[in-house]
Amino acid sequence: MSNINTKINICGVEMKNPVTTASGTFGSGREFSEFVDLNKLGAVTVKGVAAEPWKGNNAPRIAEVYGGMLNSVGLQNPGAEYFINNDIPFLRQFDTKIIVNICGHSIEEYCRAAEMLSDSDVDLFELNISCPNVSQGGITFGTVPSMAEKVVSEVRKYCKKPLIVKLTPNVTDITEIARAAVSGGADGLSLINTLLGMKIDIKRRKPVLFNKVGGFSGPAVKPVAVRMVYQVCKAVNVPVIGMGGISNYEDAIEFIMAGATAVAVGTANFSNPFATVEIVEGIEKYMIENGIKDLSEIRGIID
Amino acid sequence: MKTIEYAEILENDKIADDIYSMTLFAPAIAKEAKAGQFVEVYTGLGEYILPRPISISEIDSQNGKLTLVYQTVGKGTEYFSQCPVGDLIKIMGPCGNGFEIKSCAKKHILAGGGIGIPPLVQLCKELKGEVTVFLGAKSNPVLADKFRNLGAEVYIASDDGSIGFKGNVVELMNEIKPSGDMIYSCGPKIMLKFLAKWSSENNIPVQVSMEERMACGIGACVGCVVKIKRKGENDWQNLKVCKDGPVFMGDEVMWDE
Repeated sequence: MSNINTKINICGVEMKNPVTTASGTFGSGREFSEFVDLNKLGAVTVKGVAAEPWKGNNAPRIAEVYGGMLNSVGLQNPGAEYFINNDIPFLRQFDTKIIVNICGHSIEEYCRAAEMLSDSDVDLFELNISCPNVSQGGITFGTVPSMAEKVVSEVRKYCKKPLIVKLTPNVTDITEIARAAVSGGADGLSLINTLLGMKIDIKRRKPVLFNKVGGFSGPAVKPVAVRMVYQVCKAVNVPVIGMGGISNYEDAIEFIMAGATAVAVGTANFSNPFATVEIVEGIEKYMIENGIKDLSEIRGIID
Repeated sequence: MKTIEYAEILENDKIADDIYSMTLFAPAIAKEAKAGQFVEVYTGLGEYILPRPISISEIDSQNGKLTLVYQTVGKGTEYFSQCPVGDLIKIMGPCGNGFEIKSCAKKHILAGGGIGIPPLVQLCKELKGEVTVFLGAKSNPVLADKFRNLGAEVYIASDDGSIGFKGNVVELMNEIKPSGDMIYSCGPKIMLKFLAKWSSENNIPVQVSMEERMACGIGACVGCVVKIKRKGENDWQNLKVCKDGPVFMGDEVMWDE
């Protein structure tokens, strides 16, 4: 390898490259480790963890749509204690950073999850205030600026690690929520979570998803995501993890040029289990071919 | 251990309306696969991003071959049906746990409905002892001769009465009153539900192979869940069809939810 530097620093945490996984698409890495050398990833962002186990929504939870998919999983997870005892020791076998995504129905639940995980061996927190699939909490905290600021500032008190706040695109002005999260104490932001979508089975005359609506992700959402990452990076001065439809290294470079410090690969893991590693390698190749020594040379270069 | 292979298509023939039989050269997966497991088949179409879970109908591990029998139900499976012999197709597997063959069981009952019939072929090959097979479909169940050639006693049901017993598989079983140590089944959820009821009434345990809309196929996305209440546990849980199943015990599935 020539003298390129793929390392990035996000909220004081160094990642060996800018590539992580989008929460909910990669479990805690265990399943994908059959295909992917987790040592090659900058970080693994795990599936949302709540203080107590959540059962999630009824099936069907998945619907394919043109250029993407809908999901209404509803953050099914075995709870923080299970995560601490099982998933952290598994991930610590690898030379990669751990970003723990935390979820809740109320400020108290978010704080409780943060408190339980705060002394555990994770590197970064990602606060999910943007899940469209839970009826209380989740997205309501992500759509009202004052609520976003409040939940971030409360969780901040329990969180001894850098705190990244994950934003929903289902708002009129994403920069407004971004500013509110930062003023609440967010050290970084990640975006976008899924867009709210729906699919109807015209033979059965019913929605495909049991929950009727669900989160839309995949290649089709990428232009929306790039636009929002660009807007947010112009509006605030904290590092951003960009995501939304990233399927190859070219997509990842777009997000970095829009201003993202790191990028997360989500739905592409389903269509190509090797996607994360291929993107890491593609970014290196792109840097070499274009004489880029450090990603800071292209980060946010779009006016 | 799961593998992703670019498998050569050796055969891809229409065997009934909307139903195709595809034989693939996939030695790594064929070596590992068991009856009742499935593979994820990738479409290679950018706009249809998710792999399609398709059950394995026959395994020839010595020659590295897998046979998949699938129904064309949408854009992905329609694309598979158009793939010419000699092309490579990307598949991942083997996925899921497959059927559990109890060595103590001597008399087996197989019950297959519609496109749930194919995975029972490989199972029938592996079972030792007496096998009675019940097959049902809207008009003509596929692969009946496969079971006959394996020496099984085969009973046929069709919803429209065009062949065999007019009615469904469970109604036919009520007529025939088969005996056995274990029932193995795959088919529409409604059939499996009534089969589970039949199983408890007749005191013969049933293994049901379930289907659910799926994304990753390996247990990471938690999309394909079914409500399961394990014996001895107080509460139900959402288990993953792809990783914890697709085969569950019929009396552990919460059918009415």
